Amino acid sequence: MSLFSILYPENYDRPASDPLQAPEFFSDLNLDQITQAITDRKASYHLNSVFYTPLNEVDPVRYRQEIMRDLENPELAGVFRSFAQSMRAMRERLAQLDKMYYPYQQKAWFLDAVELYGDAVVKLLQDLTSCQFTARGLALFQQYLDGYVGSDSFRALRSDTHRMKQELARVRYSLRIKGNRVDVRPYHEEPDYSQEVRQTFEKFSQGAVKSYLVRFPQGPDMNQLEGRILERVAQLFPDVFGNVDRYCVNHADYMDETLAVFDREIQFYLATLEFIEPLKQAGLPFCYPHLSSSRKAVSVQEAFDLALASKLTQEQASVVCNDVLLKDSERILVVTGPNQGGKTTFSRMVGQLHYLARLGCPVPGHSARLFLCDKILTHFEKEENTASLRGKLQDDLIRIKDIMSEATGDSLIILNEIFTSTSLKDASFLSYKILQQILERDALCVWVTFIDELASFNDKTVSVVGSVVPEQPALRTYKLVRKPADGLAYALAIAEKHRVTYRWLKERII
Amino acid sequence: MKVLLMYADKDFDHESELPPNHQDLASDLGLDTVWNQMAQGDGFVREVARHATLEMLNDPAEIGYRQDILRDCLNHASVVRELYGIAVEAMEREKREYFGLFSHSPTTILRRSLKVMQIFVELLKKLKRISVAHSRLFVSAGFNRFFAMIDEDLGEEYFAHVEHQLQELQFRHGIRISAQLGKGNKGVHYVLHKSRQESRSWFQRLTQKAEPGYTIVIAERDDAGFRALAELQDQGTNLVANALAQAVDHVLGFFVRMRTEVAFYMGCINLRDELVRKGTSICFPEALSPSPRHFTCRGLYDVSLALNLAAPITGNTVHGDGKNLVLITGANQGGKSTFLRSVGLSQLMMQCGMFVPAEEYRASVCYGVFTHYRREEDASMTHGKLDEELHRMSQLADRLRMHSLVLFNESFAATNEREGSEIARQIIDALLEQQVTVFFVTHAYTLARGYYDRRLDSQLFLRAERKQDGTRTFKLIEGEPLETSYGEDLYREIFESAVPGEWAGLKKANNKG
Repeated sequence: MSLFSILYPENYDRPASDPLQAPEFFSDLNLDQITQAITDRKASYHLNSVFYTPLNEVDPVRYRQEIMRDLENPELAGVFRSFAQSMRAMRERLAQLDKMYYPYQQKAWFLDAVELYGDAVVKLLQDLTSCQFTARGLALFQQYLDGYVGSDSFRALRSDTHRMKQELARVRYSLRIKGNRVDVRPYHEEPDYSQEVRQTFEKFSQGAVKSYLVRFPQGPDMNQLEGRILERVAQLFPDVFGNVDRYCVNHADYMDETLAVFDREIQFYLATLEFIEPLKQAGLPFCYPHLSSSRKAVSVQEAFDLALASKLTQEQASVVCNDVLLKDSERILVVTGPNQGGKTTFSRMVGQLHYLARLGCPVPGHSARLFLCDKILTHFEKEENTASLRGKLQDDLIRIKDIMSEATGDSLIILNEIFTSTSLKDASFLSYKILQQILERDALCVWVTFIDELASFNDKTVSVVGSVVPEQPALRTYKLVRKPADGLAYALAIAEKHRVTYRWLKERII
Repeated sequence: MKVLLMYADKDFDHESELPPNHQDLASDLGLDTVWNQMAQGDGFVREVARHATLEMLNDPAEIGYRQDILRDCLNHASVVRELYGIAVEAMEREKREYFGLFSHSPTTILRRSLKVMQIFVELLKKLKRISVAHSRLFVSAGFNRFFAMIDEDLGEEYFAHVEHQLQELQFRHGIRISAQLGKGNKGVHYVLHKSRQESRSWFQRLTQKAEPGYTIVIAERDDAGFRALAELQDQGTNLVANALAQAVDHVLGFFVRMRTEVAFYMGCINLRDELVRKGTSICFPEALSPSPRHFTCRGLYDVSLALNLAAPITGNTVHGDGKNLVLITGANQGGKSTFLRSVGLSQLMMQCGMFVPAEEYRASVCYGVFTHYRREEDASMTHGKLDEELHRMSQLADRLRMHSLVLFNESFAATNEREGSEIARQIIDALLEQQVTVFFVTHAYTLARGYYDRRLDSQLFLRAERKQDGTRTFKLIEGEPLETSYGEDLYREIFESAVPGEWAGLKKANNKG
């Protein structure tokens, strides 16, 4: 039987090994930025591979959505965060242990690690029991945890640890230092001399004064003298330290594997929610998309490019939201309009929406119906590759051919300003050819282009145009709306603004 | 060990928060001159004097407690100077014992604390000797308690005990500490125990079973080992070093409190000496409860003006018992402002337990003295002038309460007389009804006349005296307000005076005062 996983429902056919490479389209869609922003804060968990592995069925997506939704409750998220914190502290102790020299020092740190672990597990169950949640995955986890905490082996671990700590805490010894000799002796109850000093000057005392206690570095290191003293103390208390030896042998493998896996996997949810929290605070909407693997209709209200929004929110700039709509037989969004008008951002946004949905993440927007596509294929204009002997157009065509050979009717294709390095006539011709292929497959597509005619090809193509404020054509709104492409030369307006039109330059250059 | 020379039951805190209007008070009443005279260059005395003056005692009994102590001080100034000297010496010698720049180890803290404590013991012994020699001369309750405490707490036996303990803390025979196991089984909670004399005889040593124990010897050239040993020793003495260092602070605290509380009386002695030198008179005022209202003085003069002028100045005699409004009108440069200042100053001096600049003075305590003077034009131009004055009035209103005293100096004149008078009238009426005492210097005839015509017993009208020939006596006399302030005199004086320098000199002194 496979281990319980908070990322995949039982019987889900998960990939045999975790992918190390991001999918090809990651950088085109700025999903690499998003992933990095999310996983950086939890670098030690190596969560990237989770983000590289989209789900390919609707139910597993729901499995994650349920959990994510529950974890939006800060109380519940707090429960897992504090568990994670304890586990990190535990791992730090274990890491320290390796650097230590004196056996009884190591064993004390081991004991500490086990104690932390036990406390964390018990607390997790307690906290979880007092929380409300509905996700299947969480219910299953609670069930598992309940069984584990009640098990004989865990109980024994806890009680042994507790007893051991108590025995060590009771150890007291006395040292006499004179010249270069230190005598280690048993301890006899005696008063603290500093109290006597205090008493002598009590009559002058009035209110608190500052402390002159020197803080000694409380690092884990032990110097040789401390080590030697510890050895002598162990000799003074042979019973206690004998028990310590036995304890360490008996509980060498104390950590439960399912919990170790859970500790990592739950971070996927926490990290994602932590990432979108400041955006939500800034008033941006998020929702759990309704995914379908049969209907290709797409409808999202007020979505945005998550990578861009994250950046703008940090700079306290406002974010422009856009709707996406493909209804009935519509399959292709043809995006035209002014430069710097948000076309590329729009195309990225559509790609991100579909990908994030397959991860089970919340997506930007008030509400979203999305198609569970099998693949996302992108071609964004790249810098000309000087090392390649092929020309740019040739590169474009080869890349498109690859895409078309991979694409199925369930794929999402995103093309951004292709065929720019040829004549308009050629570009039109090539574009029509590709358009036809996409239409034949019935794939979903977002196509950013300067060829307006593509937009009105047939009822499967939808025109999306960057909008402007009529009185100020140079002002960019970054708002894209469904309407016929009108081919207006917005570039002139921008030139006017920068005083680089013909008239301006005639005037300025004398 | 409490000093209790400022209050019978609590320490004097010369860093407590002052009333929000303290800067206005200082500049309007010319307090700096007084404080500087009290300080005689000792910044600390100045600070304590400043604080004591502005803090104000409201209870006649508290005032009496200080007055008694001050009488002792004025009578035995040299002993008081000695007490102050001991406290200053303790503080200065303590400061000279540096902790060392970097090595704040318990060992260095302990060594330094031992040294300072030995100095303190020496000075405490000196204090004891002064007490033995002079305490019988002092009659006030405050000093009786103080010297009795010294006598009782600093006995021979106590000094012997302290000196023995300071010996022990040198740890000539090594140290004995106990410890527990902390994180990672490192030793923690090091506690030092008194070194035990080896009490067992050779016979016992032979016959009794020896305790189990192990000895670690640091090899001769093991530098790291010796460093570790020193650190262990440091950890062991940490608590004791802290206890002694804190004890040093406590004893230092006693000297600081002694210095603070004696500083006030030092200031009073200094001021008294100067005023006596100038030949002006001072008296201990009779402080009465706020109600019924008392204010009667003979020869009341402005102490800060007296300090600034070479010649002795004339004082005013006022019978103001039962009066809650005193309206002062009359000639320009006739001594109105000076009088107003002298009222505020002597009120503050009385309410900190001091003598006052008068031959006789009997007054109710006030719950706060407030000033409302005309100000320079607001430089920031955020307020118009009347606007600014009313803004300040509003701030005052936040702080005034029953039995407060407000001194108005030509307030609300930044508009025409009729309007200004009406504003002032409304303010004064309200204050009086709330049992606030008001002194108001004004040129506004309409205002003054209005009150005069009411002919109420609770009002007093003072007028700057001007002789027929136009000369001023700088005295105030009781009298009805006049329609002129004799500005013409002033005009003539400035434009036609043969010796303008004389005028300028007087003006300067007045502004300062």
